[in-house]
Amino acid sequence: MSDFTSNFWSVYVAAITLIGIVACLLLLWFSGKAKANTAGDNTTGHVWDGDLREMNNPLPRWWVGLFIITVVFALVYLALYPGLGTYPGLLGWTSRGQYQTEVSKGNAEVAPLYARYSSMKPEDVAADAQAMAIGERLFMNNCAQCHGSDARGGNGFPNLTDSDWLYGGTPDKIIETITHGRIGNMPPMAAAVGSADDVKNVAQYVLSLSGSPHDSLRAALGKPKFAVCAACHGADGKGNQAIGAPNLTDDIWLHGYGEKAIVAMINNGMTNQMPAQENRLTEPQIHVLASYVWGLSNKPSPVSR
Amino acid sequence: MSDPSARKIIPITVQSAPKGGPAEPGPAMHSLYEAQKKIYPRSVAGLFTRWRWVMVALTQLVYYGLPWLEWGQRQAVLFDLGTRRFYIFGLVLYPQDFIYLTGLLVISALSLFLFTAVAGRLWCGYTCPQTVYTEIFLWIEHKLEGDRMARMRLDAAPLSANKLLRKGSKHFVWIALSLWTGFTFVGYFSPIRALGTEFLHAQVTSWEVFWTFFYGFATYGAAGFMREQVCKYMCPYARFQSAMFDRDTLIVTYDTARGEPRGRRARSADPATLDLGACIDCTLCVQVCPTGIDIRKGLQYECIGCGACVDVCDTVMDKMGYARGLIKYSTENAIEQRWSRTQIWRRVLRPRVLVYSAILAAISLAVVFNLAMRTPFRVDVVRDRGTLARVVNGGLVENVYQLQIMNATESAQRYRITATGLPGLSVVTDDTVMVDATQSRWVALRLQLPPDAAPAGSHPIRLAIEALDSPGRLVEKSAFLVPR
Repeated sequence: MSDFTSNFWSVYVAAITLIGIVACLLLLWFSGKAKANTAGDNTTGHVWDGDLREMNNPLPRWWVGLFIITVVFALVYLALYPGLGTYPGLLGWTSRGQYQTEVSKGNAEVAPLYARYSSMKPEDVAADAQAMAIGERLFMNNCAQCHGSDARGGNGFPNLTDSDWLYGGTPDKIIETITHGRIGNMPPMAAAVGSADDVKNVAQYVLSLSGSPHDSLRAALGKPKFAVCAACHGADGKGNQAIGAPNLTDDIWLHGYGEKAIVAMINNGMTNQMPAQENRLTEPQIHVLASYVWGLSNKPSPVSR
Repeated sequence: MSDPSARKIIPITVQSAPKGGPAEPGPAMHSLYEAQKKIYPRSVAGLFTRWRWVMVALTQLVYYGLPWLEWGQRQAVLFDLGTRRFYIFGLVLYPQDFIYLTGLLVISALSLFLFTAVAGRLWCGYTCPQTVYTEIFLWIEHKLEGDRMARMRLDAAPLSANKLLRKGSKHFVWIALSLWTGFTFVGYFSPIRALGTEFLHAQVTSWEVFWTFFYGFATYGAAGFMREQVCKYMCPYARFQSAMFDRDTLIVTYDTARGEPRGRRARSADPATLDLGACIDCTLCVQVCPTGIDIRKGLQYECIGCGACVDVCDTVMDKMGYARGLIKYSTENAIEQRWSRTQIWRRVLRPRVLVYSAILAAISLAVVFNLAMRTPFRVDVVRDRGTLARVVNGGLVENVYQLQIMNATESAQRYRITATGLPGLSVVTDDTVMVDATQSRWVALRLQLPPDAAPAGSHPIRLAIEALDSPGRLVEKSAFLVPR
């Protein structure tokens, strides 16, 4: 409890808890000693509203035993588990620890299932119906949030069902991407390209690379300026998977289509991140998941099994 | 009652005169707690005792027998908490079918109201597990230790080999039966045939062991030791019975007018000359009572309505040559106004009973009808959270949905998905989906709309899911978004 500057509250809470328990015991002891008067007809002698009389209905003695059991339970519990202020308890239980135990237990349970697939080539795993059902579930739980349930992505989130890969679409590369994540960085290039007009010209040239509708005059003017882009995207604009520079010639527009989107990209740049999954998924899970993702673009969709 | 002089205040020290019966204790200082007085119910035979044994047999036949029934390749009744599937004969229920449990509970509650209004605590006296197991445990006790007097003597006797043997064997049988009860209970949640083998090979999980012993312990404790204490102090039913009784409710009643003044007499004495009522004050009704009350003091919350006192009093009346029914099922009105049987029966059909019956019938019918017309699968449609809408090649507008299809049959099923609501709306992904038996599956579904088929905005659509291998069709609503 580093939230607090002293351990006062810890001591305070522990003291209140223990005093409360002792007070319960005292009350039990006192009520066991006390006697109450009853009239001959087994009423307490209290009368309300003219004719309502209170019967003497004593609690059964064994009920006191239940109270004592709760007190004993409380003391044992407080000794074993954290409850008295910052005292961690004899068992050293934490919610985090329990979570981790359960996760590792769950992983151990499914380990034999995954072990079979880990020894198989991803291409073969992608042909296994059961593995693909597992992969589908893994994808739905871990990937669909960004890439969409159908893996076709959206603005800023790559489509995983086509053959366009920023970092390469071989199973090894997919495993690498899922495990370590990727950070794609397009620096702001406006200053290097030149004037605002030059930027527009380069944008038109980029459009021309994929045969999209463009202004051919501007494109021709932009072509020489593209030299600064070629460092990453290549002289032919086909990109470079080693550094995640996208192919500009395939008419796939991850961050938006049209002159406006391209100009904004050149002016402002973009950092796009795929988070690493190595701490969330186990290696065998990533193996199956990568096979599933590979299978999305390398064979008919496995949706119907 | 506003006249203050009419107030009857009982001063704490005043000794009030006992009203009939054995002398009541005078004013006294009492502890706030009461020690449990052990009750030794005397065994009894008669009509209502027979009925109780019939109910004991029926309920326990169902309880102990049901888990052993097979249905196809599986246990007929199995509540599989691990996979969250609940099998009841031909039915496979999902947690989403909770409404049926609600229906069952409403039916149970209304039945309780109805039976209580008509004939008092029938549930307590004949079918409540507390009564049923106490009855079984008492029977074992009776067989091994003898009847009331023998048991009282045995308890009072010093420890001896005989006492040890009798008590030991009783507890052994009790514990064996309790453990079997606990084992059966777990058998409803974990396949019972496999469970037996697991126990034999010590392969049970800790939860199965825990519940077997916990439920067993509860049975042993509640039926062997707590008995009437459960009814008196733990069960809320006794405390609100007065709200469910009325003056026409059949309850176990002592006919005060006929019985008083009570008194012992020779069997040969002519009752007409004795100036005594029919009650011979043999106290057998007190001795047979499982909650240890004296029914002659009138209706008490401790009375579970088991009718043991009715049975034993009838045998006494027979022996004395008196008419039966000094203690009987009767109503407050009938006792006061000396009604005949037919007059009592006529009052059964009173508004309260009719209303309870009508509601009970309506809800029972609704539940049964619903179960019979149930579609054996369920579908949830969730719009994809990652992508609102996208325009794909050719200007087609595409929306993505997640469909959860829950197959509540025990064979693999194919489902066909069709979308309606907008002109030209079509399913692009595979429109036929396979879901394994009793499994649920999330399926990604893509819908495409031709360009300019609808203005920008949200449009209501319908997804129809049709089972191809079995009857059943469901229609779910959703929305299709067209971007600006």
